[in-house]
Amino acid sequence: MADAVTLSVDCAHKYIPYATVCYHVKDTRPVNLDLTTFKFPLPAITSILHRISGVALFFGIGVVLYLLQLSLESEAGFEQVTELFRATPAKLVVWLILTGLLYHLIAGIKHLLMDWGLGESREGALRGAQVTLILSLAATVLSWGMIW
Amino acid sequence: MVTNATSFSRSGLSDWIIQRFSAVILAAYTLFILAVLGATPELDYESWRAVFSNNPVRLFSIISLFALCGHTWVGMWTVGTDYLTGRQLGGNGTFIRLIYQSFCVLLIAVYLLWGIQIFWGS
Repeated sequence: MADAVTLSVDCAHKYIPYATVCYHVKDTRPVNLDLTTFKFPLPAITSILHRISGVALFFGIGVVLYLLQLSLESEAGFEQVTELFRATPAKLVVWLILTGLLYHLIAGIKHLLMDWGLGESREGALRGAQVTLILSLAATVLSWGMIW
Repeated sequence: MVTNATSFSRSGLSDWIIQRFSAVILAAYTLFILAVLGATPELDYESWRAVFSNNPVRLFSIISLFALCGHTWVGMWTVGTDYLTGRQLGGNGTFIRLIYQSFCVLLIAVYLLWGIQIFWGS
């Protein structure tokens, strides 16, 4: 299915490898790929948040490694990090990274449980998404309390 | 079976397993670090350094670092091949995705070498 649509788009853009067959017949099918008109169920929202937190964490790792290196380098470096943690901007950055990490962790555990076959039904997926969001909210508040 | 030249293991199934396996290691390491931080509210430099200069912890850290690199590559690859495509971006999609993937590889290499330097040196 996806291949057929991709092919027709490729044909429209005239990027056609010589061996590609164009299925012009498929062009007339109504295809709704406008994500802004979709209504997202809760499991879809937890799924996209898992992705967004993952991409954000990819960059957050740099900040974490920097702080880790500084704090382990010397006594003065450790003091520097402690000093940094007293200022609001650094606190906010660390809190955001921690929130993203805990969300990614909790949603990831749910993902592994679903791989295991738990909560794969329609109701189970909804309940899983609800539990993920509630636990993440609790973790977010807890990490806020830990940093401030 | 469809293979892809840029996927981590050239196989979707292997990528799938690598992502899950590394996830378990990273979850364990995250909980371990949080437990260390939670157990010592008044953390000072000496005890913080002592945690990371302990040999089993050093091993755990470096294994987690490798897990992190595999995990981020599979994750970023999946995101890139979903959104940075010809369908979403037009004719330049493949080129943009290649630039994006090159950037990801470079950053992961930096994280790996930098991380080894931190954990090995501490």
